[in-house]
Amino acid sequence: MAQTNTESDGNSSAGDEDVSAETETERVAFSLDGVRAGFVTCVPVALGVGAYGLVFGVLAREAGLSLLTAVVMSATVLAGAAQLIAVGLWDWPIPVVAVIGTTLVVNLRYLLMGASLRPWLTRLSSRQAYTSLFFMADENWALTIQDLRAGNGRGAFLLGSGLAIWVFWVVCTAIGAVAGGRIGNPETYGLGFVLTAIFLALLVSFWEGRDSLIPWIVAAVVAVSVEAVLPGRWYILAGGLAASLTEVTRNVR
Amino acid sequence: MFDDVSLTALAVVFGMSTVTYVTKAGGFWALDRVEPSESVREALDALPGGILVAILIVRLLEGGPTEWMAGIAVLVVAHRTESVLLAMIVGVGTLIIVRGSGASIT
Repeated sequence: MAQTNTESDGNSSAGDEDVSAETETERVAFSLDGVRAGFVTCVPVALGVGAYGLVFGVLAREAGLSLLTAVVMSATVLAGAAQLIAVGLWDWPIPVVAVIGTTLVVNLRYLLMGASLRPWLTRLSSRQAYTSLFFMADENWALTIQDLRAGNGRGAFLLGSGLAIWVFWVVCTAIGAVAGGRIGNPETYGLGFVLTAIFLALLVSFWEGRDSLIPWIVAAVVAVSVEAVLPGRWYILAGGLAASLTEVTRNVR
Repeated sequence: MFDDVSLTALAVVFGMSTVTYVTKAGGFWALDRVEPSESVREALDALPGGILVAILIVRLLEGGPTEWMAGIAVLVVAHRTESVLLAMIVGVGTLIIVRGSGASIT
């Protein structure tokens, strides 16, 4: 809301101090064209998400989720890393606090991602903005930022690209879950290692050079210590928070 | 019994989707009201990596040498190709081959 005045100022500012300042002067429309453009641009990426969805479906069944639960989770949560971690924690009785708490913590990054879309989202109606945000995932967020920075003014791009992700993610979860029930002993196929492998590969994408090293070492030490002392999955939250605190205190000095 | 299990599970899923949506919409919502400090940004930035490290260290310590070798393969492929899926496939393939080659470490 605070920024809406720049729109009426037209192109008076040079805008080279801030990338987003440049786009403030452009019109952002929310149209079917934008939805379509987002959807089409995102299809290749969504195919990859679909493959990932197959794996999620299989793992969800192995963890004891019903087909319905797995599909509803994919349709309403729509957050790959958090869902995989939740499935890794799944047990009976379900560790409710650990599952929901970890989901929250793993997804805290979305706060920053959603915040970064503010220059464009403020130009939409709240209903358009808050509907689009439901469909925000890592992959289409990156595509959306690219498209909006290019100045195409397609405010519905986030929604369109998110719908592509959603369709592939949900359908492939269902296929994977159906197939997963028939596979037999998953260890034969190394399925027990699949989650570890996915997490390792994701971790590589979170690597930000040497700055990441110390927080990660601290996280590892804290996690192993907490796991030895406390029951359940508290070590996950402890490790994450330890990395955060390390990062913050290091930069204070 | 089955219905009971299913309903509980669905309630947990509903909790997950609620907190997830709060994070997706919350950043935009809050930024319209307050500018986050640099430390808050840094803290949020460092969270996902720390969480993954915590999960992985415990899993890998339980896993043993076969998984460590496959893990190294995953890291190499992920680093080179930036493809999570390809890295996963190579990692699982490595695991199956190492196990199949009669290494009775486990």
